[in-house]
Amino acid sequence: MPKAKVARKSTAIDMTPMVDLAFLLITFFMLTVKFRPQEAVTVILPPSIATTPVPNVDLLTILIGEDGKVYMGVSDQNTRRAMLEAVAQERNITFTEEEKKKFAVLEQVPVPIEELKRFLALRPSDREAYIKKSKGVPVDSADNQLQMWMLRARLSNPNLRIAIKADEKTPYPAIRQVIKTLKKQKANRFNLVTIQEADPRKQKATSSSQS
Amino acid sequence: MAAEVGGGDSGKKKGKKKGRKKKANPRIDMTPMVDLGFLLLTFFVLTTTMSTPVAMPVVVPAEKQEEQKTEQEKISEEKVLFLYLTGKDRIYWYRGRENNEVKLNYTTYGDKGVREVIYKEREKVKRSGLFDLSKDPDPMIVMIKLSDDASYRNMVDILDEMNITDQKKYMLLDMEKADIEIVQDYEKNMNLPSSIEKSLANLAKSGAS
Repeated sequence: MPKAKVARKSTAIDMTPMVDLAFLLITFFMLTVKFRPQEAVTVILPPSIATTPVPNVDLLTILIGEDGKVYMGVSDQNTRRAMLEAVAQERNITFTEEEKKKFAVLEQVPVPIEELKRFLALRPSDREAYIKKSKGVPVDSADNQLQMWMLRARLSNPNLRIAIKADEKTPYPAIRQVIKTLKKQKANRFNLVTIQEADPRKQKATSSSQS
Repeated sequence: MAAEVGGGDSGKKKGKKKGRKKKANPRIDMTPMVDLGFLLLTFFVLTTTMSTPVAMPVVVPAEKQEEQKTEQEKISEEKVLFLYLTGKDRIYWYRGRENNEVKLNYTTYGDKGVREVIYKEREKVKRSGLFDLSKDPDPMIVMIKLSDDASYRNMVDILDEMNITDQKKYMLLDMEKADIEIVQDYEKNMNLPSSIEKSLANLAKSGAS
């Protein structure tokens, strides 16, 4: 009897299901991804055990850098525009249509109102350096521009919720100044943005139930 | 394995002429596509799994009401736990007075530090018998006083500690002149900061172990 022929098997694997899977996952991640917007400063958030996610609509964010500089922004572009128009009227500054458009895409008001026109004329690549040199939105009682911006923003969108986003190393006096400004406007309810940390009470509960 | 696409028909015709059937291979080498797919997948996975921020709600008393409160209510000092948050992540605390004098203690953040202090002092207040527990099952009030050297992290940490220990009654205040003097006196009399640094190091060690 002749030797049984060993069937030659192809070494190639059908990769179609794998590709299907990969592209399914890609589609999922592409649809769910939300890129972090370019903010005036990068802050390292402190941890807390809070669990409520930060809302992403109707949000007024007060960003406080490590050096105590304050920046303010709202989440939607229409409010940004309305806010700028109202503030411009109050300060007797006229902004062109182009400048308004440029302002509406900014995540935060990065400079004092007097410097805003100059800032908007800058190329995007030069902006970061300018923000570093600038002193942010003034909060001192002599010229409280944070209050001005906030008032106009809240008038054009009364549903705004307030969130304070500060670096963990920010000195307390800077925070106090901002909270004072909030209190003046009767904004007594606000959120502190933090990153999530495990709740030690829950940890204890699970470990004791396991043992 | 070569990539042949749509070559089936022409292959058959040629095959008929020569009288031989040539099998067309309808398979495509998908390796580069898979490579690309997984590259993109990796990119999106890495960009999305950033830690999502959470919001810690804070309600501060309206300015007017605060003034009224201090006029109306007189709180017994026995049930008030004062926490002084100063620079270098230090906490000084006291509750009540001994011979009419404030005696400060120090602690740090975390479960072995301020959390234990809150739990212990709460029990002491409850057991003191000075307060009617049927009216108010948890009479202790925490006064948090922040110095100008304190950081935002300190503030969030202590508010977090209030949530963890279920301390409902607390106030967030600034350090006044008298408070600053108390702390300065204490730091002087204790030959600080060397001795406190040691104790804090010990606390941190016991916390870590």
